[in-house]
Amino acid sequence: MAEEELLRVEGLSKTISGTSILSDVDMVVRKGDLKVLIGPSGGGKSTLLQCINLLLFPDSGRIVLDGREVTFRRKREVLAYRQQIGMIFQEFNLFDHLNALQNVSIALRKVRRMSSRQAAERAERELERVGIWEQKGLYPAELSGGQKQRLSIARALAMDPAILLLDEPTSALDPELIGEVLAVIRDLSQRGMTMLMATHQMGFARTLAQEIMFMEQGRIVEQGAPQELLSHSGAEQSRTLSFCSKINELYA
Amino acid sequence: MDPSFIWSELVPALNKGLIVSLLLIVPSACIGLLLGILVGFSRTFGPPWLSRAASAYATIFRGTPLLVQLFMLYFGLPGIGIYLTPYVAAVAGFSLCSGAYHSEYIRGALLSIKSGQIRAAESLGFSRVKTMVHIILPQAMRRALPGVGNELIYLIKYSSLAYIITCIELTGEGKILAAQTFRYTEVFLIVGCYYLLLVSLASVGLRKLEDMLRVPGFGKG
Ligand SMILES: Nc1ncnc2c1ncn2[C@@H]1O[C@H](COP(=O)(O)OP(=O)(O)O)[C@@H](O)[C@H]1O
Ligand SMILES: [Mg+2]
Repeated sequence: MAEEELLRVEGLSKTISGTSILSDVDMVVRKGDLKVLIGPSGGGKSTLLQCINLLLFPDSGRIVLDGREVTFRRKREVLAYRQQIGMIFQEFNLFDHLNALQNVSIALRKVRRMSSRQAAERAERELERVGIWEQKGLYPAELSGGQKQRLSIARALAMDPAILLLDEPTSALDPELIGEVLAVIRDLSQRGMTMLMATHQMGFARTLAQEIMFMEQGRIVEQGAPQELLSHSGAEQSRTLSFCSKINELYA
Repeated sequence: MDPSFIWSELVPALNKGLIVSLLLIVPSACIGLLLGILVGFSRTFGPPWLSRAASAYATIFRGTPLLVQLFMLYFGLPGIGIYLTPYVAAVAGFSLCSGAYHSEYIRGALLSIKSGQIRAAESLGFSRVKTMVHIILPQAMRRALPGVGNELIYLIKYSSLAYIITCIELTGEGKILAAQTFRYTEVFLIVGCYYLLLVSLASVGLRKLEDMLRVPGFGKG
C-alpha cells in the first residue's frame, strides 16, 4: 500500500444560513487508499464531499492536493482544481439530453477541448472499463439504475481525476443493482484509484476500506482501520460499531 | 371571383406584401427568441436586481396590448426625441413582445431542469457559462419548444398589425387594394390563405425540429 499523502484537509468549517454544518474537520487521504465516510444522515457527509470539490466553498480551513495548497479565490484555479476531483452523486446527475457516450465525452470536448474523435475514443474506453460499452447509444432514461451510476463513474474517470469522491453511490439503487456498482468501485480500488466514499454498505467498507471515518453533527468522531473500529474486542464499543449494528438491525 | 383580377393585380401586390411580412417576421423571431433566452436566464439565474428587472420587463410586455406597444414605439417615442421608421418600430415591438412570452416558456423549462446536473457539470470543471450553454440550454430549449413554437406562430399572425403603424406588409397591401377596388371578399380570402400557408409551413418546420431534437425518455421525469 502506498503511503504518500494525496489529499489533506485541515480545520475545514462550513456554516449554512447560520447553522454550523461542518466544524473543524481534519482528514488525510493517502494515494491509492479507499477511505469510507459513514455516519447518520444529516451528519455532514455530503457537505464535506462538496466542500472538498469546491462545489461549496468552505468558510475556513485548508485543502492540500498532492502537496499543493488549493486556493479558491480565483475562478480559473477553482475550475482547474475541480477537474482533478471526480465526483459521483447519489442521484447520478447524468445529462438527460445526451446519450451515454456523449455524457462521457462532453467534458473532454468542452472543458479539455479535445477533438470530437479523440473524445469519443476516450469515452468508449471509459464505458468499456465500467462495462456499459454496449449501451453507448442509449440515453439516461433508457438505462437501469446500476448502468446510470456506472455511466456517471465513467464520466468522472474520463477527466483523469487524482481522486474520486463518491456520495452514497448505491443509496438510490434497487438492492439487486447495488452489486454491479460496488464491483466497479472495487475494481477501481484494486487498480490503485484513490477514493473517498460516503456509504452505508458496511460489508463493503469492512473488506475494502483502508480506513473508516465516522462523522456525526459535522465532526469526525472516530477514525481508524476497519478492524479497529468494527471489532468487539475493545473495552468499550466504538461509536462506529454501535452505529453499524443499528443499521444492520434495520436492514436485517 | 375574377381570375384575371386575382392573378394580374392581387397576387403581385400580395407577393410584395409577403416579402415585407417575412422581413418583419424573420428578424423579429430571431431577436425575440434571443431576448427571451437572455431574459429567461436572467429571471432564473441572475442576481436579484437583474432578475427583478427582467421580470418587470416580461410583466409589462405581457400585460399590455401589442397594438398599444406599437403605438408607443411609433407615435409615443418621438415625444422624447426618438424617431423610428415604421419598419424598425414594428420589428422592435414584435421582438420585445415575443421576447417577453418566450422568456416565460424558457424560465419554466429552466426551472424544470434538476439542479444536480449543474453540480455535476461544475464538478467536471465546466464554468458557469459553459454549463448553461452546453448542459442547461439544450435541455431548456427542448422543453420550451412547444411554447416557443406557438409563440412563433402567433408572431406570424400578429405581424399583420404592422400596417396600422404604416409599415405596409401583406395585410396592408390587401387593405389598400381592397379599398381601391371594393373587392374586400376576394382580397381578404386570399390574404387569409397566405397566412394559413405561412403558419402551416412554420408548423411543419417546428414539428420536424421537434422530431430531430427528440431524446428518448426526455421530459417525462
Ligand atoms: N443548503 C442547505 N441549507 C441549509 N442546511 C443544509 C443545506 N445543505 C445541507 N444542510 C444541512 O446540513 C446538514 C448536513 O447535511 P449533509 O451534508 O447532507 O449530511 P449527510 O450527507 O451526512 O446526510 C443537515 O442537517 C442538512 O439539513
Ligand atoms: Mg448525504
